[in-house]
Amino acid sequence: MTPIFDWAFAWEILPALGSALIITIQATLLGMALAVVLGLVLAMLRRVRSRWISTPVAVLIEFVRSTPLLVQMYFLFYVLPQSGVQLSPLVTGILALGVHYAAYCAEVYRAGIESVPRGQFEAATALNLSPWRTAVGVVLPQAIPPVVPALGNYLVAMFKDTPLLSAITVVELLQQSKIIGSATFRYTEPLTLVGLLFLLLSLIAAWGVRRLEAWLKKFGGSR
Amino acid sequence: MEEFAALLPPLLDGLWMTLRITAGAAVLAIPLALAAGLARLSTCRAISVVALVYIETFRGTSALVQLFWFYYVLPLFGLKLPAVTVGIVVLAANAGAYGAEVVRGAILAVAPGQREAAVALNMSSAKILRRIVLPQAFPAMLPPAGNLLIELLKNTALVSLITITDLTFRGQMLRAETLRTTEIFLMLLLLYFAVALVITAGIRLLERRFRVR
Repeated sequence: MTPIFDWAFAWEILPALGSALIITIQATLLGMALAVVLGLVLAMLRRVRSRWISTPVAVLIEFVRSTPLLVQMYFLFYVLPQSGVQLSPLVTGILALGVHYAAYCAEVYRAGIESVPRGQFEAATALNLSPWRTAVGVVLPQAIPPVVPALGNYLVAMFKDTPLLSAITVVELLQQSKIIGSATFRYTEPLTLVGLLFLLLSLIAAWGVRRLEAWLKKFGGSR
Repeated sequence: MEEFAALLPPLLDGLWMTLRITAGAAVLAIPLALAAGLARLSTCRAISVVALVYIETFRGTSALVQLFWFYYVLPLFGLKLPAVTVGIVVLAANAGAYGAEVVRGAILAVAPGQREAAVALNMSSAKILRRIVLPQAFPAMLPPAGNLLIELLKNTALVSLITITDLTFRGQMLRAETLRTTEIFLMLLLLYFAVALVITAGIRLLERRFRVR
């Protein structure tokens, strides 16, 4: 009888999981790059004075935040090709991750912008700076550094959401382990290894975010 | 419009399953979060470490991986559970781990003088917890708990991948039958959004109720 957890088999499948891990990390980093940029755009649009822009953006953010990422992924995966946009499953998945987390990031940026003292806005107005220069030169440099740890937490959260890509046929870590499982009829080792890999990497990432937070607390105030 | 109406009944069937799983997991997650959050604060090292391992395991791995692990691996140890049970238990364990951190944070935020005064009055530690600490920590737990409940609702979509016929699964089935992809997924998103709005409104009510005092 084979043991419950076959170490030799686990060792054997590790390289296959490793190459799938690269796809997972790629999706996380690209998705986050999109989320960080798009989130900032959404946060700024939400602050535009015209109600015709800020209200729909606020509703959109709320909508994306309170509907499941999996359904959003299906939506992009099945509906985009119908409207003539042909993207690979991986790109579709990265787009879904990016848009979903952009809505979260927008709220993070908003908190950062709201914590900038009013006097800074008033001083920029008194100096006759354009809205663009006020945002880019005065407000954002003060608003973004304090929220970097919060963004880091969402990076970790996004990393843990990448297995959803398996539902739209991307062969990332989880899908790779299921392929191994269905080929060998052994699910224990691949699925356990995937769990451990996620645990290890997200503990390391969380530790990194904590260090960053401590560093920002120590040196961030000296500007 | 009539075609929309024809799509609705099967989706509502799925919504019912989604609501049952959300409610079941939430009911299970609340005591779990309380127990783990309190255990984490225990002065007994062993209890605190057990809670830490539980919290970090479920917060550190992906919810979908957890679902698959319990769905595929547990039967190999001879424990065969129905998919719905696996779904509810895993989602509850996941939400409970996040909730434990909420509980811990809220309890730590209660002014230390409160506890000291209760000790000075010679109250037992169980009584201090029940009468002094938890009632004051509760309002601080509400807003994050509401967010977690919405996260839980969203996570229930994952159970469609372990063959449970929830809202997302029904949507997929309908899509395969009717190929009315855009309408179906739009309705799916709107239904989830509607439930999330109801949850938000409910939490707001509770918040108002407990902030008055």
